[in-house]
Amino acid sequence: MSDAPHLRPDIDAVLRVRDLVVEFPMKRGRRVHAVSGISFDVARGETLGIVGESGCGKSTTGRAIMQMPRPTSGSIEFESTELTALGKRELREARTRVQMIFQDPISSLNPRRRVRDSVLDPLDIWNRGTVEERATRVDKTLEEVGIDPQRAHDSRPHEFSGGQCQRIAIARALVLDPTLIICDEPVSALDVSVQAQVLNLLEDLKAAHGLTMIFIAHDLAVVKNISDRVAVMYLGRLCEIADPDRLYDRPAHPYTRVLLDSVPVPDPSLGRATTAITGEPPSPISPPTGCRFHPRCPAVDERCRVEVPEMTEIEPGHHVACHHPLVTPVTISS
Amino acid sequence: MTSLQTDGRVADGRLLTVEDLRTTFATERGPVCAVDGVSLTLDRGQALGIVGESGSGKTVLSRSIMGLLPSTARREGNIWFGDQDLLGPNAPDMSRLWGREMSMVFQNPMVSLNPVMRIGEQIAEPLRIHLGMSRRDAKATAIRLLRDVRIPEPDRRVDQYPHELSGGMRQRVMIAIALACGPTLLFADEPTTALDVTVQAQILELIAEQRAERNMSVVLVTHDLGVVAGHTDVIAVMYGGRLVEIAPTKVLFSQMRMPYTEALLQSIPRLDQKSHTRLNAIPGRPPDLHDPPRGCAFAPRCAFVRDRCREEAPPLATAENPDHKFACWYPVGSPEYHETKERISAGLEIGSTS
Repeated sequence: MSDAPHLRPDIDAVLRVRDLVVEFPMKRGRRVHAVSGISFDVARGETLGIVGESGCGKSTTGRAIMQMPRPTSGSIEFESTELTALGKRELREARTRVQMIFQDPISSLNPRRRVRDSVLDPLDIWNRGTVEERATRVDKTLEEVGIDPQRAHDSRPHEFSGGQCQRIAIARALVLDPTLIICDEPVSALDVSVQAQVLNLLEDLKAAHGLTMIFIAHDLAVVKNISDRVAVMYLGRLCEIADPDRLYDRPAHPYTRVLLDSVPVPDPSLGRATTAITGEPPSPISPPTGCRFHPRCPAVDERCRVEVPEMTEIEPGHHVACHHPLVTPVTISS
Repeated sequence: MTSLQTDGRVADGRLLTVEDLRTTFATERGPVCAVDGVSLTLDRGQALGIVGESGSGKTVLSRSIMGLLPSTARREGNIWFGDQDLLGPNAPDMSRLWGREMSMVFQNPMVSLNPVMRIGEQIAEPLRIHLGMSRRDAKATAIRLLRDVRIPEPDRRVDQYPHELSGGMRQRVMIAIALACGPTLLFADEPTTALDVTVQAQILELIAEQRAERNMSVVLVTHDLGVVAGHTDVIAVMYGGRLVEIAPTKVLFSQMRMPYTEALLQSIPRLDQKSHTRLNAIPGRPPDLHDPPRGCAFAPRCAFVRDRCREEAPPLATAENPDHKFACWYPVGSPEYHETKERISAGLEIGSTS
């Protein structure tokens, strides 16, 4: 599509999202514009990181892929199947290949059930293999995420720490052997020492199972660490997408720059960055015209207020939606 | 030296002295020592960062100083606030200190604000109770405070309810309430954990600004070493209820001695690292305070552990810089540390070639 030059037609894409729109109705005919026409693709074995502030639509995007709820419009093509066109039964079947991991590990497990049963459930529901095969598979998966299967057999979620519960949630997501895992803020509720364990575990599992991942988080350093490609969202739109080393070295969207400048650096000798931006994102009920970032942008001009910026490639694999990108565009000659 | 203003407040010098503080909770499973022999001092205008993971005792420490603990808690040791002994026989009524002398900004502004009370009234309440202001003066002061914490249109906002404000705005209101009676000591317990990075930067900047303007002391309690690095003069690292390292901020980051502090710093993903850099996770998890390890609490997770660490808890020792203290038998830089480090890297090389 012409308006989405950042889509890569020549890759083996597990997921292709085009013009995704998610709106929630409100009273008096008003609507929350949670996601307003975003497109992206995820190659097999790739981790796409999605960053942005609360309310930017990053979680809504993740859930829209799962069709929870179904998007207002747009196309979501998962392994050549159009998910938005599927009926209830086919969708249930398709969802076994897309799994989700959530932010709060303790409340994403049923507190009244033994955790091994929670991990076994998906296999029982889908009748995978014999009873013995299921048991072996569950124990193997639990061991892989670093949980003692015997303890999981006897214990309920409250007997585990937050980090362990997140490992259990990961095991439950893995047990059906999915193609794509959508992680929505999977480490933001964890202590830093445990956060590193879980991030390393996700990297290992991705390599061992050839997983494709979407990693949604607000922590830019965490997203850089785990992603092969990073998309920055602001108020329901995509601002910028590139591989992490490039994006973090040479942010082209003023908003990406602001986000990066706001991250506190654990090194007092570097001094303190002064606040790069004031105010907070406006309401998604009546988003600004033109570029949605324009009311807070230091480089704003008349065009930004009127015209929605299109995604443009400013260097190979680095796309930005801004009328005045921070990096001068280089002409790409073949 | 400590000099007193006419109103009895500490104008300069030592504001807070904590000596060998122990806070114990009576629980069904027996007593839990959440703060175990912590000593530290804080001068007027200084900012202290207390860093630790969940369960390290950082929150209990700040609440112990403020006297905001449940009835199951017992405090031992000494806490001096100026020349008042907060744990002694003539301890002052804490409610006389709250607001006016010390106040706290809590982590979750949605839970801490009263949802059915206008924010103006919530800011005015301490002004009326502690300073005896009239309703009208209190409201005028509330508007001024909202302006101080950079809330746009304070005249309109003052009559709004918490649900009408964003998370960042609510945290600004919390700060306005805490600042209302002009405290000399402000506790901020994970003040930015629930907020976005851009808002976090603004809130930290705001606290720093108010601290400078009011010559106020600040205790910043957080799990994030990045947050304290830019906003404190001194950092205290806690683990398992104990102080394991304390130093001026720059000294701590340039010469850290405690392997736990080092491990904590190395486990954080950094913006200046390449993507997919393997993180140095700390194995295991923090100790169960119902059954704390006999020796050093960090020993079960420490890469540099030796037999002595499991047997004997290391005392706080002084480093080259007299303001720098750490609790470790084989600190970063010691011969034993280097030996272990070499062994680990040799082991890794063998592992990678096989």
